[in-house]
Formats: sequence, C-alpha cells, structure tokens
Amino acid sequence: MSEELSGLDTFPKLLMYHARVRGDRPAIREKDLGIWQTWTWKEFADEARVLACGLADLGVSRGDHVALVSDNRPRLYAMMAAAQCLGAIPVPLYQDAVAAEMAFPIQNAGIAFTFAEDQEQVDKLLEVLPQCPTLRHICYDDPRGMRHYAEPQLIAYDKLRDAGRESYRRDPAFVEGEVARGAAGDTAAMFFTSGTTGVPKGVVHTHRSLLEPSLTAARMERLADGDVVLAYLPPAWIGQNIFSCAQAFVTGYCICCPESAETVMTDMREIGPTYYFAPPRVLENLLTQVSIRMEDASRVKRWVYRKFMNVAARVGGAILDGKRVGSLERILYWIGDVLVYAPLRNVLGMSRVKVGYTAGEAIGPDLFKFYRSIGINLKQLYGSTETAVFVCIQPDGQVKADTAGPAVPGVELKFTPERELLIRSPGLFREYYKNPEATGQAKDAEGWFHTGDAGYFDADGHVKIIDRVKDVGKLADGTLFAPKYLENKLKFFPFIREAVCFGHARDKVCAFINIDPDAVGNWAEKRNMPYSGYTDLASRDEVYDLVRECVERVNADLAAEPEIANSQIQRFLMLHKELDADDGELTRTRKVRRGFIGEKYGSLLEALYSTRKTVHVSAQVRYEDGRTGTYSADLKIRDAKTFAPQAAKRAA
Amino acid sequence: MTAPETHLQARGARLGKVLLSVENVSLAFGGVRALQDVSFDVLEHEVRAIIGPNGAGKSSMLNVLNGVYHPQQGRIKFRERTFSDMDPHEAAALGIARTFQNIALFRGMSVLDNIMTGRNLKMRCNFLQQALWIGPARREEIAHRRAVEEIIDFLEIQHIRKTPVGRLAYGLQKRVELGRALAAEPELLLLDEPMAGMNLEEKRDMCRFVLDVNDHYGTTIVLIEHDMGVVMDISDRVVVLDYGRKIADGTPEEVRANQNVIDAYLGVAH
Repeated sequence: MSEELSGLDTFPKLLMYHARVRGDRPAIREKDLGIWQTWTWKEFADEARVLACGLADLGVSRGDHVALVSDNRPRLYAMMAAAQCLGAIPVPLYQDAVAAEMAFPIQNAGIAFTFAEDQEQVDKLLEVLPQCPTLRHICYDDPRGMRHYAEPQLIAYDKLRDAGRESYRRDPAFVEGEVARGAAGDTAAMFFTSGTTGVPKGVVHTHRSLLEPSLTAARMERLADGDVVLAYLPPAWIGQNIFSCAQAFVTGYCICCPESAETVMTDMREIGPTYYFAPPRVLENLLTQVSIRMEDASRVKRWVYRKFMNVAARVGGAILDGKRVGSLERILYWIGDVLVYAPLRNVLGMSRVKVGYTAGEAIGPDLFKFYRSIGINLKQLYGSTETAVFVCIQPDGQVKADTAGPAVPGVELKFTPERELLIRSPGLFREYYKNPEATGQAKDAEGWFHTGDAGYFDADGHVKIIDRVKDVGKLADGTLFAPKYLENKLKFFPFIREAVCFGHARDKVCAFINIDPDAVGNWAEKRNMPYSGYTDLASRDEVYDLVRECVERVNADLAAEPEIANSQIQRFLMLHKELDADDGELTRTRKVRRGFIGEKYGSLLEALYSTRKTVHVSAQVRYEDGRTGTYSADLKIRDAKTFAPQAAKRAA
Repeated sequence: MTAPETHLQARGARLGKVLLSVENVSLAFGGVRALQDVSFDVLEHEVRAIIGPNGAGKSSMLNVLNGVYHPQQGRIKFRERTFSDMDPHEAAALGIARTFQNIALFRGMSVLDNIMTGRNLKMRCNFLQQALWIGPARREEIAHRRAVEEIIDFLEIQHIRKTPVGRLAYGLQKRVELGRALAAEPELLLLDEPMAGMNLEEKRDMCRFVLDVNDHYGTTIVLIEHDMGVVMDISDRVVVLDYGRKIADGTPEEVRANQNVIDAYLGVAH
C-alpha cells in the first residue's frame, strides 16, 4: 500500500479515512424521483456506522456472513460497509436469481441476516425460508407493498437505522473499536461464482486481495477522487464490486446508481462517467442502437456519418494511440470529431470517459475498433472472480482487439503444456468457502491458480485466450476444436445473438444459432417482410440465407488458420426459442451451457449429424410469467459452404 | 408462498363504510333504455367491478358516476351528499377520477407533462403567476412535480418520463393514463376497461398496479372489465348488468355461481 494509505488496510478503515479527508466530496449518487441525490463520504460513513450498530443489535458479529440482494443502491453499499465495519462478511447475491438459487448460498454460509431491496426479493427469501432455518432477519429497503407482511423476520431499513442511531448515541466508541480490530488478512467479502458447472462456489476474498489489485490498477490508470463511475452491473459480480466499491475506496471517487435498469442510457448521459466498464454485449447493444437510429436518419446525415466513420476507421485508433498520422488526415479527423464523433460520444454518454474496459467475453474486432476510432479509450482486461479481476490490462498505446494485454505489475503468469493459464498474484482468493477439495484443485501447493482458460502469449507478450481448457476438444480427424472461438466469430455478426457449436469427437462441426431479434427484425422491416415474433422470424428462408452468409464468412476466415481450418461449420439450424438463463441454457452472465443445451436438444443435435433437411421439435416453453405451453414445428437444417484452406486465402 | 394470502386477508379487513351508493338509477337515450332501476353501493377501499355482455350499460353506468350522463331517475350518494346529477368537473373536485376505454392522452406531450395535467385541479396560482414563474408559482410547481415523480416511480415508468406519449406502446399508454388519474389524488377511481387490448404480461402488470394503488393510496376503485379472469382475481365485489338491468351483485364466487349470470354470458334459449 502507498504511504498515504498506509495502515488503511481494510474497507472500513478507508471509508473512515475518506470521511475525514474528503468528507464533503460526493461518494455515492442516486437518481431518486428524477433528481440526482448525493451522499458525501461523511454521510456515507455516518450511515455505515449507524447501520453497523443496528446490525450488531440484531446479533451480527465478526465472522458472520450477511447476504444482500439488491440492485445498485446507496443503501446496499452502506449495508455492505456496515457489515464490514463489524468484521462481518457481505455476500452479494444476483438480484435476478430465482428463489431456489438463493437457498444454496444462505444454507452454505449459514446466513442469519439478509438485506433485500424490495417486495420482489423479500417474496423470494420468504419462499426459501423453510429450507433456510438459519435465516432470522430480512431487512428490506423499499416499503412499497410491504404493509401487510407480518412475518416476524422482517425489519424495515429505516427502522434498523433508527434503532442503530439510538445504540450509536449510547456507545459511539463501539463501531470505531470494531473497525480498528479489522486486519488486512480478514475476509472482506464472498462472491458466489455463477456456476457454469455444478453447484456455485463461494469465493472468499480478504481485504488485501481486493484492495491491493484495485490500487495497482487505479495507479496505472491514474484514477483520482474526481472520477465518476456508473454502477449498473449486478453487485453480486465481483467486477461491479471492484469498480464501485474497492476502487472507490482506494481513490475516493464517486459512484452513481442509475434510477432503474431501463434508464441506464439516459442516466449515463446525465452523469458522464470518466471510468467505465462494459462487457462486449453492452457495447454491442449500444452500437446496434446507434446503427439502427442512423439508418433512420436523413440522407445527408447518413452520408456525413459514413464518410467520417471511414476517416475514423483509418486513423482514429492511431491518433488515440499517439502514433504519427498525416496532417490532412488529422484535419479530416478533427472535422469529423466536431461533426460526428463528439456528438456520438455524447449520445453514448461517453464524452468524459478517460478509461473504459471491456472483458468477460471476446470482443469483435470491428466493435472494438469502432469505439476506439471515435476517441473512446476502450481497452481489454483479463481476470476472474478468483483473481479480483485485474490480471492483465492493456496499457495505453498497446491496445489490441484480440488479446487481453500483458500482466499487471505484481502478477505472475505461465502456461502449462496443455495451454492452461496459471496465475499467481496479490489478488488471488483465499479459498472456496467450505470446499477445500475445490480449493485444492484450483490452487496448487506453490500458490498458482489454475484458471481453466486455454491460450498463449502473442509476439508482444500479451495474453491471448481462446477457450476454456475443458471445452477445447478434437474432431474425429484430430483437428483442434475450440467451440467458443467459433461461436464468438459467429456472434461478431450483428444478426447472430447466440451460437452453440458442437464437434468434439465427431466428424464435422455443426451449430445451433439464435438470431438477434432487434437487428434481424429491423432488417426484415426494411424488406417489408411481415413477421409475428422471434419464432416466426427464425424460421424464414430469407433469414436462413442471411445467417448462412455469416456462417460462410466465418468458414472463409477459419480456412486461413491452418490449425483449425477443418473445424469449419458444415451444417446449422436456428433454434425456435431464444436461449435463456431462466431455462438453464445460459449462465446468469449469459454464457452458453453447451453440455446442457446438447442434452436438452439432443434430437436436434442428432438431426444435424444426419442427412435430414428438417427436424420436428415439440418443446415445452416457459413464459416470463411462469406459465408453460407447448410449441411444435419443423425446424430447417441448412448446409453451409466450406472452403479448402488454399482457396480461402484467395476468397479472403 | 405465504405472502399473497396474508395480503388478501388484510385487504378484506380494511373495507370501510359506504362511500358511494347508486339508488334506482335509470337512464334512457330517446327510446333506448341504457340503465333501468340500477342500485348498488361501493365501500371505502373496495375494488368493485361492473361486468356484463356488450351493450349491457357498463360504460353508461360509469359515465353517470362521473357526471357525463345525467340519469332521468334515481340518485347518487357520494360521501353523505346526494346528487340527482352532477357535472364532470364537480365530480373531479369531489375526488372522482377516471380513465377511458379509448386512451385519451395528449399524444404530442411527454409522459411527465401528461401526468402533470392531472394535477390541474390542485393548482392554485393564476395564469399570470405561472407565466412569470414567480415565488408561489415556482414553489407550487416544484411540489406538483414531486407528486408526479412519485407516481412515475410508483408505476415504474421512469425510463419513458420524457418520451412523447404517442410513441409509446399501448400497454404503457394505459399505464400513463392511470398515472394521470392518480395525479388528481382521487378518493374514487373509475377505470373503463383498463386491460382491454393488452397482452397477458401487460394485463398482469396492470392488475398489480390496480391492486397496488388500492393498497398503497387506499383508493376506492370501480372498474369495468371484459376479462373475467382479471375481474375474479382482483375484485372484492362484482355487479353484473345485462340489458341495462342489474342481474347479480356479490363476491366473485357468488357471481360466478349465479344462474342469471351464466345465462347472460352463455346465452339461453328463450
């Protein structure tokens, strides 16, 4: 830790420090009833102290786990800080999890106290109450609809705080004492991994393992207390916690909570964050929205946009990297900036972004270059829940579309012969909660963490990740088969939302495809093609042709890469429904669960590997409101053209 | 789940005394007798449904309550005051607000402004004060804006706050209309087919909002609805009209079992 922050080795100590040295600066903002309301660091610390007393009165003490189910709200962060003040361990849960998914973490950690945002979350907790005998208190924030709930476990946030204020008045030294007892090696928080395989695991992080990497990265990007972040991703995901908690606590910057999930775009424009994180999917949605609106613009505007986006594509990235660019191009870029890029950045809410990160999934090169070309310093990073996010970051000036960047200072990396990436860093988690077996598998005796990701170093020492080690397979003829690599290439097309590729131990690669209903819908409208909904759209011949072109372009690409040239996609079909996390087909972070999908749609898969042209599907469909219905139809299967390795080079 | 049951029990317990009673109301347009000798009452905090086949006189009944139509016979008692007829603006001043079967919003205005128009009756400053934006007018507008924002929050329409109503989907427009009615802080809310033309999800949302309004603001609600499922789910008591006459009145269970109602809906050989 730096000299300035020496001795401030836990979250609560840092909170009290900021309350002292920058007490009047904004710590958290939230848009409430249409107006941005601010808590200063002093108010934030006061709230946390009082809540800590309230929690202590309810019996929460050092080492206890406290679950939190809420969207990003100041009160959520105050509750987390309060728990940490007492030495208790916050366990944020995904707020879109169904009730059954909430039971496991609560049982696993023997949780007695839970904070819930509103009636919706309370209902879920009450539903699992019979399976969770340890759960004694449920504190809720929003009282709406809660008037008639008589369960003895319930307590309103305001009531807890008022009680806490009373206790604080009686014994103000109590909290300070508890804060002082905290040490860097204590557990700071626990995050449940989304569980791509098997039951979720609680990843235990100490104050040191969260704060140290946060500080290193903050130094690297020169973050300071003037920076602003929009907290819009689920708090249960460690990245959100790092960006809106750990890094805020080491730098003193301001976190802004959007009004609701639907208003994020507007809120972002109003706030103008300077530090930004977005998974590729969000960036893609933004670009899709811009493109769709641009297509509806007047002819002149479209012409100007196209003209200057070409200029940006040529020189924008180079200018951002500080490379030499001809004066004429520079002048053109400057005009483009006035006419197109600056207004565009403004619409995206990115006018003030100094540093933007993207991670989590591979990002399409075109998408990545688009943001950089209009002057947004978007970079890639690599990390995971177990490593407190920061493992690799691309430094300014060394940004590439297809790598994750070199190791962050203090992080050691190496690859096993099986191409698995191993990590040793200060940000490494301590253990999986109550799961020494899994801990032993993930972390070896020398302290190397086995990521399960396969990849290699490129010529510049950047890490390049291609797929999960366990998913990398071989075709029957021995060709390397990296399904995610293929799926990502497909998903880089705006028309394709999800793809699932199969091929391990088989003679060829085949794919299930989900179209993007917005992009394809718009495409259909432009062609005066009526359609009733997703299922209808996904069964049209015209759409099949559209997708086939995409698949064939991927095949042409693959043909140019000798090692995997044989893993070209030969047959595909379009699924009758969108893959959904509620049906277990995607994880909560929207990664496809290939094995599960392969089993669930086994008959479709077999049809792909036969010579049939159609396959009958009769499936149960679960609607958003929980009802179920049956859907039955014939899905078409199409062949895609493949390219011989040499021929492809010419075509590409 | 235990929660919704406790919710329903608690609702039954809070019904108050009679807020509105309709006594022997008859209404005719020339030779067409829209309502014939209809009587029923509405309790405080109640959700009261009026149902019936097409042309049964449901909308006419609502228009009578609202003061749009003046019945030739009968009386309406609202909070101990008796009227043989009333004007719409009088009804509004008494605390009766309504929504319409065909959405009647200002399509070019934003959601916020549309709901703000519902505050009209609560505004005390005159035109000149408002135009000049001086002291009291400014304070007043801030207070009204706050009230409107609370409704926006309540109905979860923050994301369309500044969107012109004409650009919204039908279900959302209905929600905005409910918002405008709520802005008047009514004691009695008349909803004319709030679920008509909605898809299943929109209907569920609307049901939830109707119950929430009833619960949170304590507003008494009289609603006309075609969708029997909706009516049976959310109403405390139901009046059934057929050819302008009341043929049944009671809890959803009673009405469902009533032979007259079954005949009216399924048809009967005469």
